[in-house]
Amino acid sequence: MVEWTDFERDTIKDIFSRIKYDVVGPAAFARCLVVYPWTQRYFGGFGNLDNAAAIKGNPMVSKHGTTIIQGLDRAVKNMDDIENTYTELSVLHSEKLHVDPDNFKLLADCLTIVVAAQLGKEFTGEVQAAFQKFLAVVVSALGRQYH
Amino acid sequence: MLSNKEKMLIAEIWESLTPVAEEIGADALLRMFACFPGSKTYFSHLDISRGSPHLLSHGKKIVLALAEGSKDISQLTVTLAPLQIMHAYQLRIDPINFKLLSHCLLVALSCHMRDDFTAVAHAAMDKYLSAFAAVLAEKYR
Repeated sequence: MVEWTDFERDTIKDIFSRIKYDVVGPAAFARCLVVYPWTQRYFGGFGNLDNAAAIKGNPMVSKHGTTIIQGLDRAVKNMDDIENTYTELSVLHSEKLHVDPDNFKLLADCLTIVVAAQLGKEFTGEVQAAFQKFLAVVVSALGRQYH
Repeated sequence: MLSNKEKMLIAEIWESLTPVAEEIGADALLRMFACFPGSKTYFSHLDISRGSPHLLSHGKKIVLALAEGSKDISQLTVTLAPLQIMHAYQLRIDPINFKLLSHCLLVALSCHMRDDFTAVAHAAMDKYLSAFAAVLAEKYR
């Protein structure tokens, strides 16, 4: 089981209470598709992903970005049992969606950078470390049901 | 692969950050030390606490090298030759750390530039930092 310090718990809850899910989710997901274009392979049905502007304005991208961050919210609300919280999602990503779990880390990095832009100077090194630890636990849980 | 547009954007960004090279460099290093404590092992001989002269001067060196390299990206192997030798034979920093610092540099840029650090700028910068790191490690073996 993952041990969280008080600082880490408070930091994660604070970050997620401050960011706007319908802004950060879509921004992070769009950024992932732009910065790591090979991730587009999983979204053939999403329409126009031809360039950064198209990706940013794509309504399916926005919708999916919001879905993703709402999924993260479940981890925020269950920090002491993220592994079990994500069992079904992990099976889904492995057996139905066939997503290479390395991609989860790419999205996590993009989310970190988007949150950094939102919080500016308040996103200190210590806050970043707590946020990255949280995302690492999420990424690990999502990859757990791959066999 | 960097397009000409991306190369110009990268050079522009580093040029604009040169006046705050110390601040950005030190910030990136501090982030790396906080997030990836193994990276601290290379600095046991220096004072790397927040605000220390060692940290500031080291951060500045790194950012100025990145800025210099960005002026002519096609010549990275020439520009970085002395640094290649230093890293391969003297410093011998495990190249995984270049990735860690690159990530922390992107975060530092994002905190500093906020909305100006667009997805396009991020993509270009990530590619540049990867290329820089690859050249830096070229003489390792």
